[in-house]
Amino acid sequence: MAGKSLFRKVWDNHIVVPETADTPAVLFIDLHLIHEVTTPQAFALLKERGLTVRRPDLTLATMDHSTPTVPVASLSDLDLVAEPAAAAQIRQLASNCREFGVELHGFGSDERGIVHVIGPELGATQPGKTVVCGDSHTSTHGAFGALSFGIGTTEVGHVLATQCLLQRRPKTLAINVNGTLPTGVSAKDIILAIIGRIGVDGGVGHVIEYRGDTIGSLDMEQRMTICNMSIEAGARAGMIAPDDTTYDYLAGRAAVPKGAAWQEALARWQTLPSDPDAVFDKECSIDAATLQPMVTFGTNPGMVIPVTGEIPANTGDGSFRRALDYMGLESGRPILGTPVDVVFVGSCTNSRMGDLRQTAAILEGKKIAENVRMLIVPGSQSIKAQAESEGLHEIFQAAGAQWRESGCSMCLGMNGDTVASGQLCISTSNRNFEGRQGIGARTILASPQTAAASALCGHVADHRTIG
Amino acid sequence: MEKITRFRSRTVVLPQSDIDTDQILPARFLTTTTRAGMGDALFADWRYDEHGRLIGDFPLNRPEAEGCQVLVAGNNFGCGSSREHAPWGLVDYGFKAVISTAFADIFRNNSLKNGLIPIIVDQPTHQWLLDHPGVEVEVDLEQRQLRLPGRSPESLPESLPETEMIEFPIDNFSRYCLMEGIDQLGYLLKHSDAISRFEQHRA
Repeated sequence: MAGKSLFRKVWDNHIVVPETADTPAVLFIDLHLIHEVTTPQAFALLKERGLTVRRPDLTLATMDHSTPTVPVASLSDLDLVAEPAAAAQIRQLASNCREFGVELHGFGSDERGIVHVIGPELGATQPGKTVVCGDSHTSTHGAFGALSFGIGTTEVGHVLATQCLLQRRPKTLAINVNGTLPTGVSAKDIILAIIGRIGVDGGVGHVIEYRGDTIGSLDMEQRMTICNMSIEAGARAGMIAPDDTTYDYLAGRAAVPKGAAWQEALARWQTLPSDPDAVFDKECSIDAATLQPMVTFGTNPGMVIPVTGEIPANTGDGSFRRALDYMGLESGRPILGTPVDVVFVGSCTNSRMGDLRQTAAILEGKKIAENVRMLIVPGSQSIKAQAESEGLHEIFQAAGAQWRESGCSMCLGMNGDTVASGQLCISTSNRNFEGRQGIGARTILASPQTAAASALCGHVADHRTIG
Repeated sequence: MEKITRFRSRTVVLPQSDIDTDQILPARFLTTTTRAGMGDALFADWRYDEHGRLIGDFPLNRPEAEGCQVLVAGNNFGCGSSREHAPWGLVDYGFKAVISTAFADIFRNNSLKNGLIPIIVDQPTHQWLLDHPGVEVEVDLEQRQLRLPGRSPESLPESLPETEMIEFPIDNFSRYCLMEGIDQLGYLLKHSDAISRFEQHRA
């Protein structure tokens, strides 16, 4: 019998009731992350039916999606800076958490931040866990060898009430990345290249395991960037086997086991990596040595080219033509030199310390182009504090960028941080969909280095060639 | 939830592939705390101009789209954000089924919990449906069949099967819940004892 994959081990460990031809499996959830946008209707369902939150101890709440990125000391200050509907939704999360006994990292908490940034920071995200959240970028947590995926609000209600989900077992896709990454090529470039290769539907119905020596050489922040965008390839989840890098990151964090329990956890986690003879439903290989900094040119993350490349020829497909029209770009033209109006560094994809340090290294002692507006939004309040202790905020502000409070911000423009219609934003976020960053806004996805270099030049730039 | 077994409807067609949930229901409408009224925001950036007026030639706004319960969309419908507001919007607008060649996983899961049937068809059938907007189809959930009664043989591409009944995949459990009009939480709650045993075993 073939060995088990990492995914299969985690899946099997959480089966409460096995699936049959007629019924899905009942899968136990170890960590349920919740935020203000996708939970109000779920809590309303609990109230309607007189149900409680089964495991508040396994539920962690924060506010991130529609929160202002200007300082808000407390909920009572919210009306000054947030639109009324967003303020009401944020207050409702606070009252629901109080009523149902769920721990909330709200305004005033040093631990507030983007839900996919604080889970790992607190050590709540751990190898072998099942992690869900009403947010598709829950795939981020797979970087720790957790099985983590986004769910809808009805399913949020299911987990609140039963700590379980009804699920059919997905298939597996191994993506092997081997070779030495060229200088200046980042985790963001790896995942954009992967999505370009397999397409935005290449992972549908599958859990991806990212494998190979290149993946093993990445730090935890970089692994999170990769797993984060698994959903942009349509995958159910993305996972990376835990190793010493994982354990070193987790050691000592608030929610991880301590003392003898830590040793026990380590022993358990070390059994999780896929067996050498594990078989995957599909496999794909990427040679890291051939990769370059990548940028998107269209309106989905699979429409991606090297930053030195040309906009591809029209395939004759109506959706392709529509995308280029929307972006105001032409086939056959280099993407380098395309004027940018806005630069956004942030989101659950690229808002951690490594991202901010790389951005600062490029901006240090320089000024962003005159017509460019640049927003730098840390992933959490604790990242904000750390960045400020390193003086990064001074570099950003001296360069002419705005340094903000943590949150999802301009990734989806729910909180008022938007890009104006027709403007082009080079963004370290994860989605370049039509209108994602504001009605009529145009988005180019890129790494923090590419975004920072483009901010300095006022157009899409190759950070490897600017001095 | 309304029970669904079989219904007939004309189709409305959005041929673009990879229509993401940001298009189906833009993020600025997600500050709601209820499920009500999401139909007004459905495809908002495609349906309305910058002054909030309906754009006449957008397929959903044409007179012949009035009352259509079946949306035919390009490949990989519903990708992107997990927002359940997308199927809420589609259902509130009046849709009971979406036909495509593939659906994003989270969107499909969300749809099945809200009385919206994601119907996967093969490429030739899909192309025929894209080429024939407004055709009357029958969705038979009990038989897992999509019937295309309006098709005339001369309009068919050669590769299309001759039968007018096309089977579509849907898992038994979701189909049962849709036909009975029940949600899935009740089923999960019945497993409380098994969940308790699992928790004790792991503690």
